[in-house]
Amino acid sequence: MSKTQVRQEVAAWHPGQIWQPPTKAQRWYDGAFRRLCLVFAAFTIVLIAWLALGIAYRAIPAFQQYGLNFIYSTTWDPNKAQYGVLPEIWGTLYTSLLALIVGSAFGVAAAIFLSEGFLGEAVFKGLKAFNLQFHPLWRKLPDRLEQILKNLIELLAAVPSVVYGLWGLFVIIPLIRPVCNWLHEQFGWFPLFSTTLSGPGVLPAAFVLSIMILPTITAISRDALVSVPPKLRMAAYGLGATRWETILGVLLPTASRGIFGGMVLGFGRALGETMALAMLVGNANRLTVSLFSPANTLAALLANTFPEASAKEIPVLMYAALILLAISLVVNIFGAFVLEKAVGKGEAK
Amino acid sequence: MSKDRASSRSDLTPSQSPPVENPFEGVNFAELELSLYRPRTLQSTLLSGLVTCMTFIALIPLFAVLWMLIWRGGQKFSLALFTQLPPAPLEQGGGFGNAIVGTLIMVGLGALITVPLGILTGVFLAEAMDSKLAEAVRFAAKVLTGFPSILAGVFAYGAVVLVTGGFSAVAGAIALAILMLPTIILTSESAVAMVPAKMKEASIGMGATGVQTVWMVLLPTAMPGILTGIMLAVARAAGETAPLLFTALFSNYWLISSGRADLMQPTASLAVLIYNFSGMPFANQVELAWAAALVLVLLVLIFNLIGQSFTRRRYEE
Repeated sequence: MSKTQVRQEVAAWHPGQIWQPPTKAQRWYDGAFRRLCLVFAAFTIVLIAWLALGIAYRAIPAFQQYGLNFIYSTTWDPNKAQYGVLPEIWGTLYTSLLALIVGSAFGVAAAIFLSEGFLGEAVFKGLKAFNLQFHPLWRKLPDRLEQILKNLIELLAAVPSVVYGLWGLFVIIPLIRPVCNWLHEQFGWFPLFSTTLSGPGVLPAAFVLSIMILPTITAISRDALVSVPPKLRMAAYGLGATRWETILGVLLPTASRGIFGGMVLGFGRALGETMALAMLVGNANRLTVSLFSPANTLAALLANTFPEASAKEIPVLMYAALILLAISLVVNIFGAFVLEKAVGKGEAK
Repeated sequence: MSKDRASSRSDLTPSQSPPVENPFEGVNFAELELSLYRPRTLQSTLLSGLVTCMTFIALIPLFAVLWMLIWRGGQKFSLALFTQLPPAPLEQGGGFGNAIVGTLIMVGLGALITVPLGILTGVFLAEAMDSKLAEAVRFAAKVLTGFPSILAGVFAYGAVVLVTGGFSAVAGAIALAILMLPTIILTSESAVAMVPAKMKEASIGMGATGVQTVWMVLLPTAMPGILTGIMLAVARAAGETAPLLFTALFSNYWLISSGRADLMQPTASLAVLIYNFSGMPFANQVELAWAAALVLVLLVLIFNLIGQSFTRRRYEE
């Protein structure tokens, strides 16, 4: 087939010239599209600034009126126009910290369980016990089970927070109330147990919160553990270390940065979590360390007060929102920064 | 030792080589066995058991919640839930059809705003990998993932509700869009970045412009991953309550009346209905809250499963 024949044939498939350089319009479209992508990308950064400034702008009147006293003061009385959010700031940090302690203990344990092949080993032992040889039917079983378990943990995060709130309100509080009140009777002198649990309170809130941040911590810690170079693991086993000597002595220290980053991000999640807390924390303007006392958090204050706020109260609530924004931005930026460094470290090896 | 080796090399017949020493002589095999009486192995076994228990304990809440939803929400489950309006206090029966419609419309509207923005940003991030701007945008998106959902509501209240002068579905949709954006950006970036470089190079080598490569090669190839990200974002947004509390508020009426939807009206949503009804002292409302929670979780699960099905198909190919 000669060159002209080929050309004719191709031209028959594609009428018009297909080997032309891009037309002026195409080049213009290309440039415009590139610029559009750039603008959209830059918009993400603008959005964060816009979010912060938009809230700050609405908070200006309250800031002028109350100044920094707003942060130190403990009264919240719309009738006397006295506002202070110290109890809310304390409640936010306190519930989040409690949730972080419980959530990271279980979260890191689950991450170790999911990344160190415990499940695979158990399945193999089970197959051995039934004297089953390798067979296509269950060859993938260990991997599949691990995948299912990982998805189940992620499903914990998919349940909407208002549903957790509902569950906490009607299941958890009645369930733990007798135990809490018994603890109060026996150990009432201990500051943590110094009040009775009459309904909503810090403990049910922190409990539900810890369930909600667990998937974040597990997912990030698992990534960190999986990305530990295999030769470190093999070297430890080769030296005769037991499985847990390897985990505690080699894997956790190597992955510590990623795990820490996951905990910081989990803490950030807990700070901003609203609905479960608005339903469970009791909405009481009280500065307390007792686990059973009702308290309040910044996000819950906003959720409970905002829908019925008067025009005078709006700037005050915007100010409270600004404080929450500042706290959560600092924690989230810190967490993202730690993880960025952790990834960089892994690549350098 | 060296003498032995030399002699064995010079001897040609193996029978004449000196007898091989038993390398395990003097080794106590019982000592090498894995024994639970030794602290090291005991610690290892105990910790393994502990971690296993903790993982399964962590899953108990999931099943407890699902079981309660099916048990308490399932009792009330009927077709009337989907067709009727929320009941007034002390009234029996009723449903939350308007809340389901409201949730779907606001999530859809939010996705409409945020999907083009998110995908194009993702394309930009995947293409301009190492530029300073891309680094900053990626960091901003990561920070936005942890952005408290209630603050999106506060922002939308200031920027939309106060400006337009009333609670509306649009304000709710904008608040949800802010929360969906980072998920869509980060998943579409990783989906586009996973397109094999040779496909992109082939397209450019054949003379395609950048925009043709994006539309005809990158996006079609990355589409399953992008769709997964969109569905995950939609699932998350469908369950959000806090941003809707004071942007869309709530309404006891249908959003679509006499054939047209009024998007500038207060709008009902499932999540806000659960929150409002859970605090009421009426048994009927609490039952409806459980039923609504069941419907909401099913909705979220369906979105999640649809999202996962896109990538699973690609994975199996």
